[in-house]
Amino acid sequence: MLRYLTQRAIAFVPTVLGVTLLVFFAIRAIPGDAITAMLGTEAGMLTANQRASLEEYFGLDKPSYVQYFNWLGNLLQGDLGYSVRHGQPVLDVILARFPVTLELAVLAVLIALAIGLTFGVIAAIFHNSVIDLFGQLFALIGLAAPNFLIGTLIIYVLSVYFGILPNAGNYVDLTEDPVKNFEQIIFPAITLGFAFSASVMRMTRSAMLEVLGQDYIRTARSKGLRERTILSRHALRNALIPIVTLVGVEAGYLLGGTVIVEEIFTLPGIGRLAYNAISQRDYALIQGVTLFIALNFVVINLVVDFVYTLLDPRISYAKHS
Amino acid sequence: MPNTASALTNATVTLDAPRRQPGFFRRLLKSPSGVVGIVIITFYLVVALAGAFGLTPHSPLQQNRFDRLQAPSDTYRMGTDLYGRDVLSRVMDGATNSLRVALASVLLSGVAGTLLGALSGFAGGLTDHVIMRVMDVFFAFPAILLALLVVVVLGPGLNNTILAIAVVYTPIFARVARGPTLSVRAMDYVTAARCLGVSERRILLLHILPNILAPLIVQVSLALSWSLLTEAGLSFLGLGTRPPQASWGVMLSESRALAEMAPWLMIYPGLAIMLGVLGFNLLGDGLRDVLDPRLRGKR
Repeated sequence: MLRYLTQRAIAFVPTVLGVTLLVFFAIRAIPGDAITAMLGTEAGMLTANQRASLEEYFGLDKPSYVQYFNWLGNLLQGDLGYSVRHGQPVLDVILARFPVTLELAVLAVLIALAIGLTFGVIAAIFHNSVIDLFGQLFALIGLAAPNFLIGTLIIYVLSVYFGILPNAGNYVDLTEDPVKNFEQIIFPAITLGFAFSASVMRMTRSAMLEVLGQDYIRTARSKGLRERTILSRHALRNALIPIVTLVGVEAGYLLGGTVIVEEIFTLPGIGRLAYNAISQRDYALIQGVTLFIALNFVVINLVVDFVYTLLDPRISYAKHS
Repeated sequence: MPNTASALTNATVTLDAPRRQPGFFRRLLKSPSGVVGIVIITFYLVVALAGAFGLTPHSPLQQNRFDRLQAPSDTYRMGTDLYGRDVLSRVMDGATNSLRVALASVLLSGVAGTLLGALSGFAGGLTDHVIMRVMDVFFAFPAILLALLVVVVLGPGLNNTILAIAVVYTPIFARVARGPTLSVRAMDYVTAARCLGVSERRILLLHILPNILAPLIVQVSLALSWSLLTEAGLSFLGLGTRPPQASWGVMLSESRALAEMAPWLMIYPGLAIMLGVLGFNLLGDGLRDVLDPRLRGKR
């Protein structure tokens, strides 16, 4: 198992390298130079000597490929560079924002699973009934509604009907004030969880319908097992595999930051960090954030592989490796 | 002898005739999702065409400072915005713009992705490995972030939004095309074509591509719905369609500060996006029911 996971992790190395190459050279294709992007209008006040020494300081005077390999070399030593806009090392900036995104992603997935699994199972049990129809309608709407619409609607309803402004004030850390933190993070999490719950519901329903038609379910019934045991131990467990894949893919995206929802609810997460870094052309930060997001994908993929083996003993990586 | 041959051909025809399945469209019309999808998309196309030919009740760009933030009325069916522009006319114009972006980006990514995927699956070996690893790199980015990156590199605007969305969806088409290519290239008729001396390029274009179209057609419908969402998302962030041009994303973004005072600014573009996406999703479901017999009756 460990050998398999190591092999998988190594297989992702070219992908991660590809990401670094793509990001590094894409950013250098942006019109305008880095110094102007960093300093804005103040760059116009620099003398030629000042500009040259700044370029030398940031290594911008060297050819692109040298800059790339320097960056890669530093990366291997845990040095992601220095964010000019934040005046901090890139890694520190990312690690300060990541807990927000992680908390948001975990809550969103939990909300989606709570809604999606429950309604998916109910819809499959009461197949072709009114409940099923309502469930499917909910899924269709959930899949069609963009999260910026749901987010805007939630803010509208809360502010007009309940006098609550979910995005007011500065972000409070979970360790500082858990209650205030929960108040700030729950609505963006509902926004993200709602759309995802629709996908989970659809997947649960179709996977459960398929499993419920299998022979071993009939066998379990004929053995006289309770319906609840059949559903939870025999049906749902086997229906979970495609759902785990779905959750894995979605969690990868959520951990990559949800630019729009973080922007609407003014949450200082990874998505907003990436968005601001891109629009402010903070080279080192863009490189660091995108690499971080790609690494998240790799880790999530490995976790999903591991969860498969827990759910289905027939999936054993030991045999293959 | 010719008579015998003709009799044999006729016999084959008569034997085959009762087995013939109903046509593609007839089967699509039997799928409830497909029918609702077609109805919604036809309505959407009519509105977008009306917008394209200037058949809007008012000008979508004309500002009218005496009619600012008017609630829906007989004159302005969906009300007016902060600059006194007619919301209905802007929703119609937004339909034209979003459809233009969606169609162009899906066409670009569909053609590029299909060719790359089919080539990858057909050639195998190093070509396959290189193409698919490059596609993996694009997959490691969340869609909106990749689109953002492309828009920032190329600059905002309608054409660059199209390119950005096309870059995001090309790897998806490549993956969808590669799978069936792998199974089709092992078919006897491909081996037969090769034995007859047909060139590799001709085999790929005339023997493989037409036979991997079914999953790609479903993908086109789904990609259209995603690209509608991505365009609206980019415009919402101020990086897609630029104001004063109408886009549902721009309209929703503008409505945020005014939602309490003028909820119609949020409701109508929001409904328009949902309806468009719903239409393409339903059509995608319908097409899948028709084209993939294994999935029939599971939804």
